Amino acid sequence: MTASVRRFDEKARRGFGKLGHTTIHEGELFRHPVYTRFLHWTSAILFFLALLSGLAIYSPWLFHWLTPLFGGGPTTRVLHPWFGLFFVIIYAFQFFNWLSLMRWTAADSKWIRRLKIYIGGKERLEPEYVGFFNGGQKLQFWEIIGGGLVLFITGFLMWFPEIFGRIAVAISYVLHDISALIMLFGIWIHIYLSTVGEPGTLEAMTRGTVTRGWAWTHHPAWYSEATGRDPRADHQRAVDQQKKEKEREDRDSDLIAESR
Amino acid sequence: MATEQTLQIKEISAHRGPVPGSGAVRELEVAKLVDVTTCIGCKACEVACVEWNDHPFRETVFDNTYQTMPTTEWNYYNLIKFSETQRDDGSLMWLMRKDQCMHCADPGCLRACPSDGAIVQYTNGIVDFNQENCIGCQYCISGCPFNIPKFNQTTKKVHKCTLCSDRVGAGLEPACIKACPTGCLHFGTKQDMLQIANARASQLRDDALFPLPNAGVYDPQSIGGTHVIYVLHDITKPEAYGGLPANPRIPPSYVIWKYLAKPIGLFIALMGLLAVFFHYIFTGPRLSQPEPTVEREEQL
Repeated sequence: MTASVRRFDEKARRGFGKLGHTTIHEGELFRHPVYTRFLHWTSAILFFLALLSGLAIYSPWLFHWLTPLFGGGPTTRVLHPWFGLFFVIIYAFQFFNWLSLMRWTAADSKWIRRLKIYIGGKERLEPEYVGFFNGGQKLQFWEIIGGGLVLFITGFLMWFPEIFGRIAVAISYVLHDISALIMLFGIWIHIYLSTVGEPGTLEAMTRGTVTRGWAWTHHPAWYSEATGRDPRADHQRAVDQQKKEKEREDRDSDLIAESR
Repeated sequence: MATEQTLQIKEISAHRGPVPGSGAVRELEVAKLVDVTTCIGCKACEVACVEWNDHPFRETVFDNTYQTMPTTEWNYYNLIKFSETQRDDGSLMWLMRKDQCMHCADPGCLRACPSDGAIVQYTNGIVDFNQENCIGCQYCISGCPFNIPKFNQTTKKVHKCTLCSDRVGAGLEPACIKACPTGCLHFGTKQDMLQIANARASQLRDDALFPLPNAGVYDPQSIGGTHVIYVLHDITKPEAYGGLPANPRIPPSYVIWKYLAKPIGLFIALMGLLAVFFHYIFTGPRLSQPEPTVEREEQL
């Protein structure tokens, strides 16, 4: 199965590569192909449509002001399952697209154990074993897969209450909500880290590239894999160069001061 | 949906804050009494209901019984359920029960409803749907222990028996009561109806020729009683009457989840937003290294 999935994924990547392209500038690394970017943003839009319409049903008392976006309460209720269904379909492709990259490794367990240091944010360079995705990213991916499955199954039961009966619906409704709340909690972290939290990350999903500095900072093992170079040595070289430039600048300004 | 000037609202679905005008007027609880033992299955009540609510007669399914259709529908609030069962001695017992909304004292539909003001309970015990506030989520359908609310696929709204709240509000009896030719249906205060029902049940138990030792009144206390009560030949087997539950219950998920876990869960999920915001305030961004010249770092 994995072989045919991989074949399909390769084909889709090639197809989307013909529709669009990724420009890699000097000092940049290629990170996400057009196909991945398409899947990411389609599922993101569908996720937010499902979230906003879902919140309006979850608690109309708080969120009834969201229903006019979808044409009123009953229409919101009619559209919500469709948003969810299309999200699940798109994310299924995302799942196959990332399956091999998201495989859990010993390095990820190691990464999770030092989560406190990561949150503390004082160690500016990630440990050398962090590959294309770190443990946190993989955790979130698998949370979305698991949570998405729960949302899909329970949502299906709630979509057709006349078939599945009231007890199934009464249980589904609780699981559906819990699963959505966990995903909502996770999405804040995802958006934060990919924008203001770690600048330079958003470009990976918009233009498809990242700077070399970003790569050796956040994903050193992937950096060495992609370039065949040592991330720590390259970082050190960049630091030395920066120091040299600073010295030259200082010297220049000193010379200017002397000449006055 | 009734005129709200004449009926006093007691409770409103998903409504935070007080119910307007609560406690201002004392009103008696009303009840409908259905004496199943004197029902002849004439369906006059069904027709009266359809007429009063101005519903078109809908297409139906023939399932080898005298029953008009399998269950109540969004535009068919009132249905006589015909059930054929056997007595212990093997003789036939043909049971006819008028099925409609029971107007529970603790209504599962109202508990399950997430929409402010879509379901109201009046102080007189009537549970009524306000379709203009209904979002069509159908949680009420799974909250109901009697399988009563029904969804209209066209308007995406849920409907059920109103206990003719518009008539009751104007001092009239419900349409089904008015149409009943045998006196099997009664309408009045809950207290009076219980009294009549109990008297009738004891009359059935003590009958000289055909005593029914198990005759009794159906007013299930597991949901705080109902505002439609039955006199049954055999109170020990309510299921025989077209699936009347002996112990109707509201799924606990609707009470625990809605009033406790739901607000807490949403609060925690929204805390995620605050958490990442303050993470930024506390630690700042993680920039690609080397950063553009760090001057100094203060430990504050």
